[in-house]
Amino acid sequence: MISDLFSMTVLVGILASGIRLATPYLYAGIGETFSQRSGVLNLGVEGQMLLGAFAAFYVALTTENLWLGVLAAIVVGGLMGLAMAFVTINLQAEQGISGIGFYLFGLGLSDLLFQKMLGTVETVKGFPKVHIPVLSDIPVIGEIFFRQNVLVYIAFALVPLAWFLLNKTTLGLKIKAVGENPEAADSLGVSVVRVRYFTVILGGVLSGVAGASLSIALLNVFQQNLTSGLGFIAVALVYFGAWRPWGVLGGALLFSLVNSLQLWVQVLGIPIPSDIAVMMPYILTILVLVLAVSRVRPPSALTKIFEREE
Amino acid sequence: MSNHNSERWFAKLIDTALPILATIAALLVGAVMLLLLKVNPIEAYRAMWEGAFGSKNALAETLVKATPLLLVGLGICISFRGDVINIGGEGQMIVGAIAGTVVGLTLVDWPGWAVIPIALLVGFIGGAFWGGIPGVLKAYFNVNEILSTVMMNAIAVQLMNFMLRGPMIDPSQAQLASKIPQTARLLEGFRLPRWVPTRLHLGALIAVVLAVLVYILLWRTTWGYRIRAVGQNPDASRYAGIKVKRYVVLALVLSGAFAGLAGVMQVYGVNYRMITDGSASGFTGSAGFNGIVAALFGQLHPIGTIPASILFGALLVGANKMQRVVQVPSALITALNGLVVVFVVSSEIWRRRRQKKRLAIATAEAEGGDEEFPSDPDNEPEVLA
Repeated sequence: MISDLFSMTVLVGILASGIRLATPYLYAGIGETFSQRSGVLNLGVEGQMLLGAFAAFYVALTTENLWLGVLAAIVVGGLMGLAMAFVTINLQAEQGISGIGFYLFGLGLSDLLFQKMLGTVETVKGFPKVHIPVLSDIPVIGEIFFRQNVLVYIAFALVPLAWFLLNKTTLGLKIKAVGENPEAADSLGVSVVRVRYFTVILGGVLSGVAGASLSIALLNVFQQNLTSGLGFIAVALVYFGAWRPWGVLGGALLFSLVNSLQLWVQVLGIPIPSDIAVMMPYILTILVLVLAVSRVRPPSALTKIFEREE
Repeated sequence: MSNHNSERWFAKLIDTALPILATIAALLVGAVMLLLLKVNPIEAYRAMWEGAFGSKNALAETLVKATPLLLVGLGICISFRGDVINIGGEGQMIVGAIAGTVVGLTLVDWPGWAVIPIALLVGFIGGAFWGGIPGVLKAYFNVNEILSTVMMNAIAVQLMNFMLRGPMIDPSQAQLASKIPQTARLLEGFRLPRWVPTRLHLGALIAVVLAVLVYILLWRTTWGYRIRAVGQNPDASRYAGIKVKRYVVLALVLSGAFAGLAGVMQVYGVNYRMITDGSASGFTGSAGFNGIVAALFGQLHPIGTIPASILFGALLVGANKMQRVVQVPSALITALNGLVVVFVVSSEIWRRRRQKKRLAIATAEAEGGDEEFPSDPDNEPEVLA
């Protein structure tokens, strides 16, 4: 049975589902990278994802239009981001704790709406797999990378896009300046408030889409606490990836590949207790945090309140 | 002079009132949500009130729910005062409960008066251990504790599922097809005394006593002073010769210990067995998170956390009644709890602003040769001598 694990079909299966499972972490993690690079720790990702997931699912179910579902997730996630921005930037609330508040809010509200508007667990026909012409016919590689649904492709395209935005544009420069030294950025005429509003709302939007990728592309259901801690892991992956989009990609892939491996281990009936197998990605993340984080310094102004001297 | 005193008194009153205003604001938002759900909010809130305080039994249930919130909240008071954000209450409760339950299921020949305290102590230590891991990771490996405690929660849930489906499963369930993840029942002699006919158990009283002890720990002992000093200004603490890393670990160890105690008390006081539905909240009832809410509401003061826990216990118990009477899912209360947290931390800005003003006045007075500014935990100077 252990040897089954090394057959070609299984290996391809593990890799393909690993790529797919990385999707929500990529959206949420890239979004969180932006807000943290500007100095705002958004711990409400999980709540934003849950509400995004519900909105996308409900709209997709009732209108039978998946893109309207994604749009709904964008709007809902953006609104949650807006609220988070107002609370942490204007009201200068402690970021970590207000994030927990937004998490509980999203957890409760998504459950409430689910029970009141749906009542039972239903399924929706989610985004289908799109075979990229030519590329999907390459043996092994094609099956792993080029037969995924469209939200997977967009998630991976976001990584170089985010890298470009952060490192090659003025906006990226402003974001990093605001996250490292807001006083200096302010004295150079950069609006700290405006930049942070942008990044926190962007983070909310991407968290919403992360939720949608679960409810209408990967799992195609909605239920209570659908994300079960996934949003928190996305935040961990940002630390893990040292606040760089490519690093987040690495973390997301590592985490989801181990996750995919443990799922296949269970499918193949290899005698490891499933509860123990499920622990593995979490233990691994802690271990890698130990190895990775101690070497990299977070953005200097992360979680610090910025108050403009009048 | 007396004018200033009354001003201070008034400011203090507003500080205490802020969380209450935050709750009222959250309940108002809840009322709007209820209206959107086409439910009469007055009717819904009345059902909540009756469910929480309407009878002796209701009140007892409220206190039963408040007990784990208070215990977790006490741990939160310690860790947050030390600027350590412990989100791992759920996992620490679970591990404490597993450890403590093993005691009761193993020492079956021992007398109850010995087993109960040992079990509670073991649960306390179990939680301390689970909290200590992120503590060490934060202090010595620079791993953010918010992340590691969240991971430790996920690991604890799987550990619980593994133990309750495997080594610790109720022998009678092991033979059934259903295989409900639960342990055997504790012997009758191993249960915390109850105020019959209600389910209110001795744990509630223990928690209140511990609240006083945590107050003494934080404000009357060197340990507590150092934990708070490290929380307020780690650099200054280091210069003052405090071993900062050690107190970061201590804050998480103690915080985890109280959560562990909360977990083991759920077993010995309420359920008499450890049982779950496979999720963390299936065992903890989300007390690991709601305890944070209660502690924040109590302004991270152990004594303030007592009424705060009762309030949130009441909300939880009342939510169940509301669900039965007006068919509104109790998830509404989870959402409102979240709003309370957001509103409370948002209202801090006014407290800080007034504090700044007060400090300015105090400085002016001190220069004028006035009496010393009264010492207040919230007004302690940022930089330590």
